[in-house]
Amino acid sequence: MGGDDIIEVRDLEHAFGNFAAVRGISFTVKNGEIFSFLGPNGAGKSTTINILTTLLPLQKGTVRVAGYDVAREPAKVRETIGIVFQEDVLDRDLTVRETMEFHGRLYGIPREERRRRIDDLLGIVELESKRDERTKNLSGGMKRRLQIARGLMTQPEVLFLDEPTQGLDPQTRMRIWDYIRQVNATGTTIFLTTHYMEEADMLSDRISIIDHGRIVVSGTPAELKDALGEDVVYLETEDDEKARDALSGIEEIRSVTESPRGLSVTISADGSHCLPRIIERVRGAGIAISNVNLKKPTMDDVFVHYTGSELRDAGA
Amino acid sequence: MAWEFLTVYWREMIRFVRFRTQLFSSLLQPALWMAFFGIAMSSNFDRFTSSIPAPAGVVPLDYLTFMAAGVIAMTTLFTSLFGGMSLLFDKNWGLMREMLASPMPRTHIMLGVSLSGMTKSFIQASIIMAFGLLLGVQFFPGYSAARIALSILGIFVFVGVFSLGFLLFSSTISMRLESPEGLQGIITLLTLPLFFVSNALYPIQAFPPFLQTLSIFNPLTHLVNGIRYFALGGDFFAVGARYTSTTADVLGSFAYLVIFAAVMYLLARRTFERAVVT
Repeated sequence: MGGDDIIEVRDLEHAFGNFAAVRGISFTVKNGEIFSFLGPNGAGKSTTINILTTLLPLQKGTVRVAGYDVAREPAKVRETIGIVFQEDVLDRDLTVRETMEFHGRLYGIPREERRRRIDDLLGIVELESKRDERTKNLSGGMKRRLQIARGLMTQPEVLFLDEPTQGLDPQTRMRIWDYIRQVNATGTTIFLTTHYMEEADMLSDRISIIDHGRIVVSGTPAELKDALGEDVVYLETEDDEKARDALSGIEEIRSVTESPRGLSVTISADGSHCLPRIIERVRGAGIAISNVNLKKPTMDDVFVHYTGSELRDAGA
Repeated sequence: MAWEFLTVYWREMIRFVRFRTQLFSSLLQPALWMAFFGIAMSSNFDRFTSSIPAPAGVVPLDYLTFMAAGVIAMTTLFTSLFGGMSLLFDKNWGLMREMLASPMPRTHIMLGVSLSGMTKSFIQASIIMAFGLLLGVQFFPGYSAARIALSILGIFVFVGVFSLGFLLFSSTISMRLESPEGLQGIITLLTLPLFFVSNALYPIQAFPPFLQTLSIFNPLTHLVNGIRYFALGGDFFAVGARYTSTTADVLGSFAYLVIFAAVMYLLARRTFERAVVT
């Protein structure tokens, strides 16, 4: 095992019948980092996570998790990992406490230790008051929080999160991100899959973009974004000509063009940080603004950029 | 020895108690069989068979008493065949992945589910016996308290082994199928021959030879043999026929059920160890 890599994947391939879901991917995850697999549905993310968590048998390649080979020592791997599944995988008729209890008992955690961890974890995800509530009565966000708490029950070295915020409202998503960061801060390595660009961006130390079973590009969020830099601000002003002049000199602005909807300003950095300055400049020049619109790059843009093709069923 | 299967058992029993409709229907159904089918049939059968005199010295039993053993057996069969259903739901709702991704040996899933199915069968058998006695079933005729206790234990051992076999069978099918409808279809297809080609409701002595042979291979027949031996004794007269069974006969029936359960265990273990659920 090479130094501080907690996950090592080499030349992994996996096929379902004739369909090659994963076509030879290699990557490493460093101990203690948050690593994201970013890609559309059907890209091979779940297949990879299922192999890494021993739910699918290894067909080709080598995979080591926490120093154990998934093919030779699956039981060891299972002891060292935690998983938060993509869908809500909760027994509807068990209470929150029983759900945690069941999980702890599956892993043979002694009773006293189990009680202590359940108390701690329900505190962290703010579900103490729902202790004796059946899981079917929880909101979507609560269910996800419970599953994160459950995944942490065994104090895993690596926590796998498969689309942790899919289908959640923005507020809840941000809270889930907070929990993920908290967990990571205690030293747990996080492996997460997502098809949300901003999720990977906000959370990850490193990202691999995966499509059609292959890793397209890997890097830190900054690296990937720099290569992309495509935020666009649309401005409607009383005088586009003057506004255009007023904008010259902001270094992040890559180009300003006139469009039927007003000025279209392409920005090479984070558009939301530039926007206040853009508005100040234009207003400062005494030009009234009637409409502002910021367009962030979407997964489609990322994909078009790195793969040259359209994203299939994004956000589905 | 690992005890994780008790965790699965614990969860199955929580579910059993919490699914109110399932709980009540499973407790009520055998009582309804006794109350309606039993009373209706016994008033008919007893009329026909009362003309056949019992041999001297042999205890004649009424039909309700005769069929009570059959109802215990039938209820055990149904409950056990449906017992694997919870695995199918676990699988379809993704819940099984939690167990498969845990270090718990996979055989413990089926052991836990089987143990809970057995418990349900014990509860049901107890209800039928208690309710039957209220209706006038003459189980344990003239037995001492000690012999009654021993007989109930004997019945439970038979019910336990039989239900284990069918629970493992049901678990195997559930792991291999995709839909609950499929499982239901298979169960319906199996219950009819198993139930009717047996001695649960009537004597097999009058069957055509072909059906008689079949019924001897039917585990249900052996379960009923065991229950009747413990509940009614080794020599009684019912539905126009005399039943005698020796200890050796009963041990033979028991051995048959043990072998059946063992084969089902091996099948189920193979299925669980190879199971891929994602």
